[in-house]
Parts: sequence; structure tokens; C-alpha cells
Amino acid sequence: MSDGIGARVERKEDKRFITGKGKYTDDVRVDNQAYAAFVRCPVAHAKINGVDSSAAMAMEGVIAVHTGPEMKEDGIGDIITGWSITSKDGSPMQCGVWNPMVTTYGRYVGDAVAVVVAETQAIARAAAELVELDYEELPASIGVEDAFQDGAAQVHENVPGNLIYDWEIGDEAAVAAALEGAHHITEMKIVNNRLSPNPMEPRSAVAIFDEAEDHYTLYTTSQNPHVARLVLSAFYNVAPEHKLRVIAPDVGGGFGSKIYIYPEEITCLWASMKTGRSVKWTSDRTEAFLTDAHGRDHVTKATMGFDAEGRIVGFKTDTLANIGAYVSLFATVTPTYLHGTLLSGCYDMPAVYGNVKAIHTNTVPVDAYRGAGRPEATYSVERMIETAAREMGMDPAELRRKNFITEFPYQTQVILQYDSGDYHKTLDMAQDIADVAGFAARKAEAASRGKLRGLGYSTFVEACGIAPSAAVGSLGAAVGLWESAEVRVNPVGSVEILTGCHSHGQGHETTFAQVVADRLGIPVDNVSVVHGDTDKVQFGMGTYGSRSGPVGMSAIVKALDKVEAKAKKIAAHTLEASEDDIVIENGEVKVAGTDKSMAWHEIGLAAYIAHNLPEGMEPGLKEAAFYDPLNFSFPAGALICEVEVDPETGVTDIVKFTAVDDFGNIINPNIVEGQVHGGVTQGIGQAMLEQVVYDDDGQMLTASYMDYCMPRADDVPSYALDHNATPSPLNPLGVKGCGEAGAIGSPPAVINAITDAIGTNDLQMPATPLAVWTALQNAKSSMAAE
Amino acid sequence: MYQTKYHKPASVDEAVAALSSAEDGKVLGGGQTLLPTMKQHLAAPTDLVDLRGIAGMDAISAADGVLTIGAGARHADVAASATVREAIPALACLAGGIGDPAVRSMGTIGGSVANNDPAADYPAAVLGLGATVVTNSREIAADDFFEGMFSTALGEDEIITAIKFPIPSSAGYTKFPNPASRYAMVGVFVAQTGGGARVAVTGAGQDGVFRAEMMENALSSSFEAGALDGATVDSRGMLSDIHGTAEYRAHLVSVMAKRAVDSAV
Ligand SMILES: Cc1cc2nc3c(=O)[nH]c(=O)nc-3n(C[C@H](O)[C@H](O)[C@H](O)COP(=O)(O)OP(=O)(O)OC[C@H]3O[C@@H](n4cnc5c(N)ncnc54)[C@H](O)[C@@H]3O)c2cc1C
Repeated sequence: MSDGIGARVERKEDKRFITGKGKYTDDVRVDNQAYAAFVRCPVAHAKINGVDSSAAMAMEGVIAVHTGPEMKEDGIGDIITGWSITSKDGSPMQCGVWNPMVTTYGRYVGDAVAVVVAETQAIARAAAELVELDYEELPASIGVEDAFQDGAAQVHENVPGNLIYDWEIGDEAAVAAALEGAHHITEMKIVNNRLSPNPMEPRSAVAIFDEAEDHYTLYTTSQNPHVARLVLSAFYNVAPEHKLRVIAPDVGGGFGSKIYIYPEEITCLWASMKTGRSVKWTSDRTEAFLTDAHGRDHVTKATMGFDAEGRIVGFKTDTLANIGAYVSLFATVTPTYLHGTLLSGCYDMPAVYGNVKAIHTNTVPVDAYRGAGRPEATYSVERMIETAAREMGMDPAELRRKNFITEFPYQTQVILQYDSGDYHKTLDMAQDIADVAGFAARKAEAASRGKLRGLGYSTFVEACGIAPSAAVGSLGAAVGLWESAEVRVNPVGSVEILTGCHSHGQGHETTFAQVVADRLGIPVDNVSVVHGDTDKVQFGMGTYGSRSGPVGMSAIVKALDKVEAKAKKIAAHTLEASEDDIVIENGEVKVAGTDKSMAWHEIGLAAYIAHNLPEGMEPGLKEAAFYDPLNFSFPAGALICEVEVDPETGVTDIVKFTAVDDFGNIINPNIVEGQVHGGVTQGIGQAMLEQVVYDDDGQMLTASYMDYCMPRADDVPSYALDHNATPSPLNPLGVKGCGEAGAIGSPPAVINAITDAIGTNDLQMPATPLAVWTALQNAKSSMAAE
Repeated sequence: MYQTKYHKPASVDEAVAALSSAEDGKVLGGGQTLLPTMKQHLAAPTDLVDLRGIAGMDAISAADGVLTIGAGARHADVAASATVREAIPALACLAGGIGDPAVRSMGTIGGSVANNDPAADYPAAVLGLGATVVTNSREIAADDFFEGMFSTALGEDEIITAIKFPIPSSAGYTKFPNPASRYAMVGVFVAQTGGGARVAVTGAGQDGVFRAEMMENALSSSFEAGALDGATVDSRGMLSDIHGTAEYRAHLVSVMAKRAVDSAV
């Protein structure tokens, strides 16, 4: 079957995306449209004493100006977090209260204080500038280390020391004992730089209140519209679920930042009710930098111990995680269960311990961003092992091989049980493609041109396809992380899949259709995918954590099982054969070993005409399923980065980047490679280019592309990719997630390559030309001092 | 509300008249700096006087050892012009390295020079070649034109009509782009002229584009990269930001100057 699993089917959605015909939230035009603009806290920490909207209200075209206290009076709830974490002493976490609009204190630059609703976007924005805030500036805590110092400014009164929780995983005593007896110890301070997600489409919302029906519709840039509806209804008291429809139409990228239900969406819904107008808000780029949830921002002290043969005896990390001014939806789980559980990497570590302190600061909330916790863990593990190899005079690939896990399933010391893998072969393949054997010659040739060549590895494993509901429930999650699907066979045999996943670039319209095409033998063009509308699709959990393949497609497979069973019954009845003899092949439903068959569309017709169905069978052909995964899936890979550094300027050129991944079975290689390209490029962005910088007062210095450096095409090489699949035994398709792996695995490969080139390990991300040049100067002067 | 009246005059005189009768009028060149600033509400002119309707404002010609480029010539025109490539290849190369294709297809030399962004490329060429800025009312020598960041000798309602570049025996430009904006973090223009070597540095200095005298002296005795060994600029006068410290910029000036000399033709 040419359209089935494994085929390089062209993405069905691309025609509309690349010809500008996508329909995004900002494209939605409705009657009675008004526009919102937000008045934001101009300083990092302030007590707002008053909001004077008189000048704004006097402007022609301004409909209303509303503030946080009014919202509170109307019973709109505070913003919630979706996961409670318990500190190591057994106490529950302490979070500051997050009002959708400020009631008294503004806690970061960009915190929403008031909303202006006006006839046009231009009027709304101009009027917002006329709203005067009477505020008193308060001391602020900006950097995570500063915020955790004694005497640091308090972000919230009820969170002493700005400490949200002090969490641990693993066996501290076992690690201490192992390190005590270690032959070699490597210690490092590792900073995981703060990133802004930068989806191409900024956030947007169109809220429509229908007074006659007492009903709300929200079009919004969401990765999970059902979760948005649940939260808006159950916690923010906007409207009961059946009175609230949430639609996430085409969404131009999310990377995690569109999981969350932000103040602006809530405010638009409420303002629509207040003003009786449809209210639209679309973020501009600077607003996106200031208010979209950021990612990463960890400071870690790591210690890894080895025996004389180079076997890891113990690994310990102490991390400060910057959570920002408020605790966003998944902010608490990202540095804990999505980070600490990956500290064993792909290595057989007998003792592992991680401590994480989550800290409030006067900065925008930090939450899950492509990879969410796993990039932070991977960066720590992979920098440590590479650095240790250098310190011990060992080949970094050999040191990894000595420690690779070789038997599966493998139970780590930090909760997770890995499903399958073949780490040695994956690394063999990568070393082959990267021509590691020829590196010394290339290095010598580069040196003859005055350039420094370096080669760096990252052999990563990650946990994705979140997640078994009961397991996450026992760890503090407020929701289950199953997925749903409905497969509707139409009377003419075409198929609609309704999925609770949401595609914002992943290509579900293509891959999900391929699963059906493979099963029923019909072309992908006869299959459509419906998602992103709570009125059309049954409840689902959305897309993040590389879950749509392992969890979402598994739900589709389960529903297809039921469709197939019913189709076979209909065929057996019509063809007067035994159900057990019916097979489905190439779009035909046949009696095996005979020439008796029905075309697939005849089954559909028979089911809906219902003139001749087996006794007692209901008409129609439509089945639904909910799938709760048995475990995470564990993609892994070997990445090799080769760089050339210009020592005069500090400029790094990535000359080759090799990625061999294990994503289990692959539904569509084009799409998987696209995910790797995008993920690795974002990882290179983190490693070399991107960083959110706040000044000491909490003003963001990188609030536009003039200063925040996104990767461009000429910053990255043409990637060399391959796959070494070990199918996951835990889901019906044997797939593993592939959406985040590139971003998770690549930063350490890049930094290990650069530090190899420049001959010093004293380098933090992003390795900008300035940082690399400075590291070279520092190494020179410390050598001179010796 | 932000209201702006749009004018499209057909001559320089009409443009000057429109400007002087406006309350807070601004000339619109390619709009690649002015329009983004207006969108962000950082500028709010009452009147915009678009120069693109004035015939001949984008003419490029060379005669008697002088290359004349009309103020309305777009970066893409200069980059592609056979006349420029023949006369001063380094200038064509500089124009081809500004921004991206969209910016080069709109932005003009007059706008860039009038704006005098401390990180812009053209000011390095204008100063490095000892060019003359021609306006509706006078001619201004490059050495007198640039007066510090975003500040020039242009008077109120004065319009640049052309830039006259004396053609050097050789010249080179090397730019170290800011990784994020790709404006010049350090850009060095070197030229070998009848009056000796000139070296102009953009992107790095606290007062915008400047001449590096120590380097000019070194290159005047011998126009080759090796002559610049030990010739430096003082880091105390350099800009410092998240992309480059003052020391780093001062160091890059030396590196880029040598590379500019090596590339000079
Ligand atoms: C994404 C981006 C990247 C860029 N990258 C670079 C870069 O790498 N290097 C670089 O040098 N520049 C860069 N620029 C700036 C670009 O070169 C602009 O085109 C230039 O700075 C201004 O020229 P303009 O014709 O667009 O002027 P405008 O934006 O129209 O005007 C700029 C200012 O000059 C005044 N002005 C315009 N024309 C005249 C005139 N004839 N006489 C008197 N005053 C006048 C205007 O009133 C205004 O104050 C970039 C711009 C963008 C948007």
C-alpha cells in the first residue's frame, strides 16, 4: 500500500500552509468585532495603587477599559497549576496567587494590569498608552541564584525565600557513598539558558459571547483546546463546559508555549461578556517575548563519579529552577518529573540523585518548552560524561560505551523503566556517517588554515508520549494523559478521524491518515482528520510531550480495531462466510482463499443502508476509543557535531551534524526527518544563539529579533540523518515520539564540539562569538598564569 | 490616535516646501527604519514626504574620478550597479550585505546616511572614502557630516539628494555582523586614496562611525594587513552590550581592519 505506514507521503496540509491559505485565529472575522489591547506592568515589581483610564475612555472608538479587581468581583478565578509537587520534607509546594489581571501587585514587566476594548486594533493600542498607572516600585528578584539568596526581595508574601518546593529524587546516601569511593570525580556548574519559544504565529484569541444563548465561543492559538475549555470552565468560572466552545484552528507552531491558558484569553472571554462585543486580541512580537511562557533557565551543580575502569558509580545534581513570577500550568513538573527522571541518561548508573529547588522571580513564568526538562537533564549528563572523558584521558565515545545500558526493559534508579534500545549500534552508525576516523586529518587541515576543529557527542535518551494516567496521578498530576479517537466511516467508504490531539505543525492530517490507509487499504486522500474543535471532537488531551504518535495514534488503532471487527461481521454476513475467514486487503474485504469480496465502500454503504445487517447489529460504522499508555516511550539517539572555530573572532561554524535516532517504527520518514531538522535547529539555537536576558531591574533586553537571535538557515548545516529502530513493545504501532528529540539531544553535542575545539571546558550556552572568544582569552590567561 | 498625512512630491523643491509647511514632517526614503519606528510608536510624524516620486533621485554615474549615487538609490541597486562595481567594488559589496533582500529592495542610501545608525554600514563607506553629502542646499564633507549616534549636520527640512564618492585606488569593507540583527557589530572600511589611507569604523564606537587614526597612519606607510600589527583602537570608546563587550569590539576592529585590507581591490 503506497500510502501506508513507512511511506514518504507528502504532507496533505502543506498546500494551504505554503500558499498562504491556512486559517489562523487572527484570520477569524466575526460580526460585532472589537479589539483588545493590554496595559502592562512597566516594571518588574510594583504595587498598583490606581488605574486612570479617563484619557483613554475619552478617545473616540474606545468601548471600555477594565481592570483586575473588576474581574475578581465577577468571580473569574485565579490561574491554576496542573501538577502539585511535594517537597522532600513532605510539605506541599507554596505558590504565589496568579490573578489573570493584576489586582494589587504587578510581578513582572508585562504582567497584565488593564484591558482596553476598542473599535479597531490601532485605537485599542493607542488608547492603552493613555491609561495611566499610579504605582509604587518595589524591590525585585530577577536571576534565579539571586532570588534564592538570603534577604532577596520576596516575589510573593506567602512564599518565603521565594522557594516553591525543594524536591528530590533518587538515593542521596547511596550517591554520597559511591562518590566517596570513586576513582575519579568530575564537577561542573552547568547553566541551562533561558529561552523564548518564538512560534511563528503569535498568540491570539477571538472571544464571542452570545447573550441570547448564554454561550461563549473562543477561537484561540491552543495546543489543547479541550483542556483549555475544561480549565476555563472548571477553574476560571467563565461558563460551564456545554456553554463554551473552544476552537483552535490552524496554529502556527507552539513548542509548548500554547499549552497554557493565559490571562489574555480569559480576559477576552470576560470582556466579551462585559461589553457585549466579540473581542479579538493578537499579540505582537514584543508582547510575545514579554508574556509567552519561557523555557529552561536552570542552574545546576553536577558531580559524577567513576571507578578505575571508567564505570559511573554515582551521579548527583543540585538544581535551581527559575519558575518566574507565577506558577504556570506544567511549570512544576517540568524541572521535577520530566527532568530528574532522566538523570540516568542512557547509562547504567548504580546510584543517582537529583535535588531541585523551584524559585519565584520577577520574570515571566517559565514552563515546558520543546523537550521540557529532558533537554536540561540531557545537557547535564552529556556534558558531564564528555568532560569526564577529557579529564580521565579517555575517548568520549568509549567512555559512553562502557556505561551504555544494553538490556531492556531497564529499570533506572530514578523511577523510569526504559522500553527498548540498541545504543551501541546507534553510536556505531553515527560514528560511521560522521567519519570520526577521518577527524584527526580534518583537524590538522583546519589547523593549517588557522582554524580550530572540534568534535562532540551526545548520546541521549528521553521519555515521551506522556503518559500513563494512574502513574502521573500518583506523582501529582491533576489530569490523566490518555488520548481519544473516533473513526467514522462514511456511507461512501471515506473515513474521518476525530482526534483529541492537535496539530500545530506536526502533520497529523498526513500521518494519522496513513495509519488508516495502511489498515484499510484506502488512499490517504480518502481519509480526513478532524481536530481542534470542542464541538466536533470528543474530549482529548492535546499535543505536547511528543505524545500524538505513541498515545494519539494508539487510540486511533484501538478505534480501528473496533471498526474492522464490525466491518468483518458485515462482510461475513453479506458474503455468507465465517467471520474468521474475512481479511482486509487493498481496499477490499475478502473471504480468504476465494474470489468473494466486497469493496471497502460497499461495507460503508451496507452499514448505513442497513437493509441487510447481521441480526441485532446496530446500523452505522463509527467507533470510538480511549487509549491510556502503559508507559512512556523512550526514543534515543547518537548525535555527533563537528565544528570549526575561528580563534580570532570566536565565530563557530558547524561543518557537519550527524543524527542517528531510534524512534521505533516510523509512519512517515519525511515528517520524522522534518521534526529532527526543526528540533536540532532549535537545539543549535539554544547552544549558540538564543538567550532571554533581563537587566538587573527586570527589563528584558531581548524583546525583539534585533537582540534575540533565532537560528537562520545559514546558521545550520545540511543534516546527515539515519535511523536505528527498536520498536517500542508497549504500544500497538511500536512507535516512539520524535517531536522533541532533536531539541533534547543536540545542545550538548554542539557545546562538546566547541569545547573540544577551543581546548577548555569553561563555556556556558549560548556559545556566541563573544562567549567563545572570551573562553579562549580566559584559557590563554590562565595558562599564562600557570 | 496616530495620524499621518502622506505627500508624494515630484521635485526636491516641492518636497522641501511640503516639509517646511508641516508641523512635524519627515522625509520617507525606503521606510525601512522610519516605518518600523512609527509602528512601535517611537516616532509619530504629522506628515510623511515620500521622495520616491522625484525623477532621477536614484541615478548612479561615474565621471572625473567621482562616483555619484542619488539619495534614492536602493541598496539592491547599488549592489547590482555595473558602474559601482567598476568604480568602487567594495561599496557594491557593502550594499549587498545590508539586511535581507526585502530591506535591500526598499532601503535607500540617502535614508541610511541621514539616519546615521551607529551600526549601519553606509556611514563607514561615506567616511572611509571621504565622500561628500549633497543636499538640496549645500555640499557637506563626510568629516563634517556625522555628529554622533543618529545625529548629523543636516538641518531641519534639509534633504540629501546624492552622495559623491571620490574613487580610490583600492578599498575594502569587512563587517562582523551582530548575530541577532545582522547590522554591523564592527564594520571597517579601508581605502587607499590620493591623500593617504583612510580607515572608518562603524558599529563599534560610542559616538557612531569614526576614523581610526593609528590605523590610517600605519596603512599610509604601507597598505597591507601586516602594517596593522599593533595598531589598535581604544576600548574605552567602544560600545558594550550583550553581544559584544568594549574589549571584544576593540579586538574585532583590528581583525576586521586586517581582513578589509586583505580584501581591498
Ligand atoms: C530587518 C532590517 C535589517 C537591516 N539591516 C541593516 C544592515 O545590516 N545594515 C544597515 O546599514 N542597515 C540595515 N537596515 C536599515 C536599512 O538599511 C534602512 O534602509 C536604512 O537605515 C534607512 O534607509 P531608508 O531609505 O529605508 O530610510 P527611511 O526609513 O525612509 O528613513 C530613515 C530616516 O532618514 C530620513 N531620510 C530618508 N531619506 C532621506 C533623505 N534623502 N534626506 C534626508 N533624510 C532622509 C528619514 O526622514 C528618517 O528619519 C536594516 C533594516 C531592517 C528593517
